Amino acid sequence: MIKIKNISKSFHDKTVLSAISGEFDKGKTNLIIGASGTGKSVLLKCIVGLVSPDKGNVFYDLRNFTEADKEVKSEIRREIGMLFQGGALFDSKNVEENVRFPLDILTTMPLDEKLDRVNFCLKRVGLENVNKKMAAEISGGMKKRVGIARAIVNNPNYLFCDEPNSGLDPQTSILIDELILEITHEFDITTLVVTHDMNSVLGIGEKIMFLYKGNMLWEGSNDDIIHSGVKELDDFVFINKVMKGLKGK
Amino acid sequence: MKEFGRYMMFLETLVVRRETFRTYYKLVIEECIHIGVNSVFLFMLVSTFIGAVTTVQTAYNLVTPLVPRFVISQVVREMTILELAPTIMGLIFAGKIGSSMAGGLGTMRITEQIDALEVMGINSSSYLVLPKIIASLIMYPTLVIFAGVCALFGGYLVGTLTGILTPTEYIMGIRSTFNEYSVIFALIKAFVFAFLISSISSFKGYYTQGGALEVGIASTEAVTSSVIAVLLADYFLANLLL
Repeated sequence: MIKIKNISKSFHDKTVLSAISGEFDKGKTNLIIGASGTGKSVLLKCIVGLVSPDKGNVFYDLRNFTEADKEVKSEIRREIGMLFQGGALFDSKNVEENVRFPLDILTTMPLDEKLDRVNFCLKRVGLENVNKKMAAEISGGMKKRVGIARAIVNNPNYLFCDEPNSGLDPQTSILIDELILEITHEFDITTLVVTHDMNSVLGIGEKIMFLYKGNMLWEGSNDDIIHSGVKELDDFVFINKVMKGLKGK
Repeated sequence: MKEFGRYMMFLETLVVRRETFRTYYKLVIEECIHIGVNSVFLFMLVSTFIGAVTTVQTAYNLVTPLVPRFVISQVVREMTILELAPTIMGLIFAGKIGSSMAGGLGTMRITEQIDALEVMGINSSSYLVLPKIIASLIMYPTLVIFAGVCALFGGYLVGTLTGILTPTEYIMGIRSTFNEYSVIFALIKAFVFAFLISSISSFKGYYTQGGALEVGIASTEAVTSSVIAVLLADYFLANLLL
């Protein structure tokens, strides 16, 4: 479980996050949603420690990450897997080396064992026979899959996904969403997804936090979102005719 | 001053929370190949021509029969060892390797590859930059020695083939009143320049923000700042050690 308490962040005079608090449950896909520029990615970066919050704390299973020293932070980070918006695969390495990378750096596993684990993870995300391809040679959807494989290769306790569907066609987006959901349940990890994709919200949002102009306006599940009663959330979710029709039903 | 302070703090991050020796060993070897082996041809070409041109120009300026001709190669030797090999090659090193380091790190930054390393609990600056600096410290002095030899060889070729001086005169000039300290001084300069170029270029690339345009700007700034640092260090080292 990940708990955040009063997270605030400003850049110069602009307040991006105002005292955000909440909990992200283990074994669930937790979503942070909101329009562009509402601070979703900044909140995610505060949680994983890529950005230091001005105020507030982040707890990983009761371990205070924000106030921990560098060694402890490093230890906690080794329990984290993260899928970045563009995949963030290392250009100089092929698919297999990219997925194997966390094992090379963080473990003393023998090479055979590492390769078995890499092949298992690649198979799990639906990729086979691409081990020797370079990152630049594979499609956007495949990059995301390789990114997921790399994120789960070291058996993380926490999985973070920053806009996992950005730049993907709707079909591939749904496949990636389903993969994230399956992996979360299969490995019983705490998954946190930042998205503004409504298919993801309705499809995999077991727990949803809605951000609006740096404030948390609503928390609930995909079942509750239709009847949230929050105008800003309704404006965000039911923006097109199809979604309006869904609300009407 | 603020930028200098950031640079010093950046250098500090390189040596804290390091990875295992095994990790760095492999990375340093890879960087040595990239920095050193892949630069051999360029260094050979440039230094050979510089040696050749220096010989021709020195001969052109020494027209009086009162000065023996072996002085030409003596001048070429001193210029090569003291300035051309370590400093001019330093400027080329900054252009080729410095811009490549800044561009590479800048691209890694904007494509979130550096963030990916940080999230894994890896000290990204130490992991990415320290091997580059160590490899530069190993390879640049080696390249300087190689460039010096090539320059003297270039001077020999042009000097003897065009009849400026005989092979015996050239060798005599190279050997006469040779002071070994010149080589030590050149190597000290090479180490200092290697550190300055690799660390400044990495610093500029590592803190790139924005997109492709900013990566280009970072590469340009890396070369400009490295060149200025090399020239200033050249002056101070000459004052201090000669």
